[in-house]
Amino acid sequence: MAKGKPKLKAHHVNRDWCKGCGICVHFCPKNVLELDEAEKAFAARPDDCIACKLCEIRCPDLAIDIETE
Amino acid sequence: MAVKDYIRERFFPHMWCPGCGHGIVLNSLLRAVEQLGMSKNEIVMVSGIGCSSRIGGYVDFHTLHTLHGRALAFATGVKLSRPELNVVVPMGDGDALAIGGNHFIHACRRNIGMTAIVMNNRIYGMTGGQFSPMSGLGISASTAPYSNIDRAFDVSEMARAAGATFVARTTVYHAQQATEFIKKAFLHEGFAVVEILSQCPTHFGRRNRQGGAADMMEWFKENTVPVGSKKKLENPALIERGIFVQKEEPEYCSEYAKIVDKAMRG
Ligand SMILES: Cc1ncc(C[n+]2csc(CCOP(=O)(O)OP(=O)(O)O)c2C)c(N)n1
Ligand code: SF4
Ligand code: SF4
Ligand code: SF4
Repeated sequence: MAKGKPKLKAHHVNRDWCKGCGICVHFCPKNVLELDEAEKAFAARPDDCIACKLCEIRCPDLAIDIETE
Repeated sequence: MAVKDYIRERFFPHMWCPGCGHGIVLNSLLRAVEQLGMSKNEIVMVSGIGCSSRIGGYVDFHTLHTLHGRALAFATGVKLSRPELNVVVPMGDGDALAIGGNHFIHACRRNIGMTAIVMNNRIYGMTGGQFSPMSGLGISASTAPYSNIDRAFDVSEMARAAGATFVARTTVYHAQQATEFIKKAFLHEGFAVVEILSQCPTHFGRRNRQGGAADMMEWFKENTVPVGSKKKLENPALIERGIFVQKEEPEYCSEYAKIVDKAMRG
């Protein structure tokens, strides 16, 4: 990753708030996210994440947080 | 402060349906407040009635939940008595333009310093999917099962014509742009209107076969263009996004203060 860009530390999904709408999954440019059996978002391919935070800013439920280093 | 410090966490998860665009408006608004470094105590959110208006319950500012269509009238009272506060009025398209249409145009005309955010999902979400003045021709609604024959308003055009001094439009797909426009509206001295196209997958999406929340957001991406784009000339059906008006005109509370001063001097 280029210098100066934020580096991913962790995906935090608040499972009590996530309603499984799939917006974050659909619009992730790197196809990192998926819904699990309980219809909650999770990072299936965290290594591909570029920490762009598009999922975080478009989540209608404020349920996803991208922690960067 | 972090975004979460501006909400009343005890009311979450919120009441909006899965994928409701109003949640993204909330998200964008919180980021605007955070990026401007505003204090919770300097913001008053005044809302009416509707799914959109429920946003006031979730933010940890001063909040007033008032009557359907009348939020701008209550907000005008607040602003005139405490002009130093930052007043923001989130409204549904029904709230703002059907029952509240008259308040809306006159607030624009007065140029009173506040921000109106029109959360435009083109339908009455809360009451079960009746058509609104924003639904437009051919749209299916619970009150238009054979399709709507009422033409739609253009909110931004209307705000401009009525005299608003800041007018911008974007969509919840363009959440970062929504944050930028809300920030500019907050800093503007005068009446600011930010129209944000939002999805109601439960009523509008389902009745009009637009798919789920993400599909409706794809529609916002495909059917909007930056203001001034050449594509609009080729396809007039495209909806323009951007800042349409940004100008200085005498602000109502400042003018009122001058009148008070004049009267006091006799
Ligand atoms: C005086 C009055 N008339 C009608 C209603 C019923 N009512 C509640 S919300 C609403 C419309 C909601 O639509 P909109 O403002 O577009 O907001 P949305 O729910 O779509 O966000 C109506 C007609 C009411 N509460 N008060
Ligand atoms: S956008 Fe938010 S609510 Fe929707 S699936 Fe993703 S984390 Fe859950
Ligand atoms: S931060 Fe960007 S790349 Fe990472 S999961 Fe979210 S949308 Fe995908
Ligand atoms: S009915 Fe529509 S506007 Fe109301 S919460 Fe559900 S999706 Fe949102």
